Amino acid sequence: MSEKRLRLSQQLPYQLLAAFIAFTVLVPILWVVSLSLDPRDLSRPPDFRLIPPGASLDAYKRVLDKPTNNPVTFTELALNQLRLAGGVALFAVLIGIFAAYAFSRFEFSGRKVLMLGMIMVLMLPGIATIAPLFVMLNSININLGDIQFNLRNSLWGVGLALVSGALPFTVWNLKGYLDTIPRELEEAAKIDGAGPNQTFFLIILPLAVPSIAVVGFLGFLGGWTEFALSWMFLTNPKDFTLAMSLYNMVGQYSADTPWSTFAAMALMVATPVAVVYLALQKYIVGGLTLGSVK
Amino acid sequence: MATVSGNLPRPLPEAPTGFRLWWQRNTNTRAAYLYLIPAFAVMAIITFYPMGYQVWMSFTDYGVKSLNPNSKTYQAPNVVGVQNYSDIFKGDLAKKVQNFDFWKLLTFNLVWTFTNVPVHVVLGVLIAVLLNTQGLWFKRAYRAIYILPIVIPTLVVATVWKNLFDPQSGGINKLLATGFSPLIRAGQGMGLFQNVDLDTFFRIRWFDQIDAPFFADAKLPIASFWIVVAVAVVVGLVLIRLRVPYSTPICLALGALVLGYGIIALEMPLSYYAMLIANIWLGWPFMTIVATGALQSIPLDLYEAASIDGASPRQQFMAITVPLLRPAVIPAAMLGVITTFNLFNFVYMMSAGGPIRKTEIMVTTAYTLVRGNQLYGVAAAFCVIIFFVLLGLTLLTNGITRGTERYDV
Repeated sequence: MSEKRLRLSQQLPYQLLAAFIAFTVLVPILWVVSLSLDPRDLSRPPDFRLIPPGASLDAYKRVLDKPTNNPVTFTELALNQLRLAGGVALFAVLIGIFAAYAFSRFEFSGRKVLMLGMIMVLMLPGIATIAPLFVMLNSININLGDIQFNLRNSLWGVGLALVSGALPFTVWNLKGYLDTIPRELEEAAKIDGAGPNQTFFLIILPLAVPSIAVVGFLGFLGGWTEFALSWMFLTNPKDFTLAMSLYNMVGQYSADTPWSTFAAMALMVATPVAVVYLALQKYIVGGLTLGSVK
Repeated sequence: MATVSGNLPRPLPEAPTGFRLWWQRNTNTRAAYLYLIPAFAVMAIITFYPMGYQVWMSFTDYGVKSLNPNSKTYQAPNVVGVQNYSDIFKGDLAKKVQNFDFWKLLTFNLVWTFTNVPVHVVLGVLIAVLLNTQGLWFKRAYRAIYILPIVIPTLVVATVWKNLFDPQSGGINKLLATGFSPLIRAGQGMGLFQNVDLDTFFRIRWFDQIDAPFFADAKLPIASFWIVVAVAVVVGLVLIRLRVPYSTPICLALGALVLGYGIIALEMPLSYYAMLIANIWLGWPFMTIVATGALQSIPLDLYEAASIDGASPRQQFMAITVPLLRPAVIPAAMLGVITTFNLFNFVYMMSAGGPIRKTEIMVTTAYTLVRGNQLYGVAAAFCVIIFFVLLGLTLLTNGITRGTERYDV
């Protein structure tokens, strides 16, 4: 069906409105981008220029080299964040897909109770168990000869705590996706004599790869932007993450951080995940509401 | 399932009884539990056990000294009964945690949520309708731009907006100064705004100013807000029950009035408005995407039929678009309610609950109780309370969602 044409007298006001909305969306983004190109290294630039004269990428170089006062490079911070995000996503999806399959395809006694337990945990934000997690992880000291550390004060501890929050979310989302896979294929497989295990590994798993990728990415995103737990648990600069460093660059204690550095850092944290998000956008939004309806 | 057996008759084995009977009949249950074991084993250790531990902690005076059993100053936590809970509810906690007021906190958290989400929904739907206009130019470009707030991590959004609201060099103050300075100057030429000093007037201290910008001296008690809420709910239910004409717009207006009362009673500082603006920027695009999906599934014939029957565009919007959007938008709105209620990263990074805890939400309070005050027992009790508040909120939102899930044309 071809689209109707809009009369010019209507087109113009609509265009104005849509352009104004686009302007409000773009203001903060353009602001950061042009700040990041500002060559002056001022803590608080007194004036704003959309395209700063003498625009340079110095701020990005500074961020790559030494973004904070600690002797840590951007790569090290990013690697820490990557370990958290990748580890949490991988672990949660690997374990979660099995539980999601059980909830999606089996009728069994106790299903309702277990689902309810899952939803209760899902409902609770990660921060609502922060007190016991802190206390418990703090009481565990790992001692492996050369390697000695306190579990709370390590990326391992933060990762463990993160998995506790990510797992119910992963199970729930994966279940939402698995529910949309038509059952005819499985029924055909069953008639051919496949048991539940064969059905899972040979039929469901291959079909679920795209949704696993999406849910895995959401878990990754959670780890990539994780701040609360690492900010509370970690004290050793070698373990610090991107999110913690970015937080350190704003607010009253950051008077010596040039805004160009902050802006470059913000863009470098945001861009990788934003690009992937854009690519997967169609699947993600569908999935989020999918999970919330039932 | 092994219900279909081979077609050759075989001698029947001895019929199993008791547990073996149950075991053989429930192949499904067995397989299901096999698949559930990994997830629930992990959750038992890192989720359910800490939750149980938290309940025990909430009845103790667990503090810094109880952290390390090997230290000289170690003090085993004592069970203190419901002391922590009563301290939180009655306000005695304010002696240890400055400006702590549970009822104010809860009220703020709810008013914060319910002033954000409706704006997201209304803006989101209207913009989706605008984007869905037949024959609009540059649709794809607009869609690509409008999605940006969703794809940028909240953490980055919050830090950027925090700096945008900087009193000296922030973009917002600069924008306001550029936009309004000429107006004020013109007014001063005519004898108005004589006490305005333009050099300092637009150095608004968004996150530090304690006094409310509006009705700062109304001094309404928080309890009166809840009385107003109760009255409004009763009035609304009666109106709907009696099928009074225009009951929906009246109820919406009532809701807005109640929220306005809440804003005055809570003496909302400027940091609330700053966060509101930033969170609206952050929140509406998601609703637009959800609404766009739903809009595109509405058959165009409906509008054609309506316009043949002589319905105006406004009537078409109210009678076709709104009811058909409802099943998609309401669940998204309810998801928004829970998300906004628990918007930790955003609030912690923008206002950090300040000034004087006026914009603290429940999760940021729990966080500072652990990290700043190191009152682990109190924090545990507080988190148990959060659990019940969220349980109530979830039941409410689920009820609303289920009530609006289907719409029969």
